[in-house]
Amino acid sequence: MSDNKKMTIIATKGTFDWAFPPFIIASTGVAMDKKVTIFFTFYGLNLLLKDTSKLRISPIGNPAMPMKLPIGPEWLQKIDFGPKIPNIFWLLPFTEYLATYLMKKTMKKNGVATLDELRSMCQEFDVKFIACEMTVDLFGYSKNDFIDGVEFAGAATYFDECNDSNHNLYM
Amino acid sequence: MADETLDASGLNCPLPILKTKKALSKMDIGKILDVISTDAGSVKDIEAFCNQTGNKLMSAVEESGKYIFTIKKT
Repeated sequence: MSDNKKMTIIATKGTFDWAFPPFIIASTGVAMDKKVTIFFTFYGLNLLLKDTSKLRISPIGNPAMPMKLPIGPEWLQKIDFGPKIPNIFWLLPFTEYLATYLMKKTMKKNGVATLDELRSMCQEFDVKFIACEMTVDLFGYSKNDFIDGVEFAGAATYFDECNDSNHNLYM
Repeated sequence: MADETLDASGLNCPLPILKTKKALSKMDIGKILDVISTDAGSVKDIEAFCNQTGNKLMSAVEESGKYIFTIKKT
């Protein structure tokens, strides 16, 4: 039986930018009276780590990413450096840190919730977090690396969750 | 006249919706919540939120860059 009050998400990406969509959609889903489960697998496991400060964005091979400065005079902030900076620049050490720092600063300026804030909001709203046991073992994680309240299970459990759900998203 | 007011000014999607949900969950049925937002996306989003959750959007007005939504909890 299909129940339009349920949603599942498979979260597979572990970079800082891609950490946001699963938590945004999940928390909003609960706000809209849906019951939500997120299944974290492969790099998506990063999103459940106690310490999310190590998550980075990678500008390499990411030509769609606008790069505008969150600081400085208004004319400067309007310039999109994305297409102007050659890809080879991003091979230099610490450029990921720079890009991540600027992204965080821009988000703060725009009143976007922080990752930890969105994640705890999801937990407060009873979003079910399932970590893929196979990839936890594969990547050599210990269960202590993850926040409290995470369940550990496999693909079959995901199917059990999505069986009666009519919003099933892969991110 | 609102029973509660939520100031979500400066916050961006999805925070106004999440905070509205939290504020409403603490209120009794029939009570009125005013939500103040500066996020232009919240005009459509608050409407969609009310459609889905069954709460009643009584009014939505814009005043000098601020959006004020009056929601009745049902």
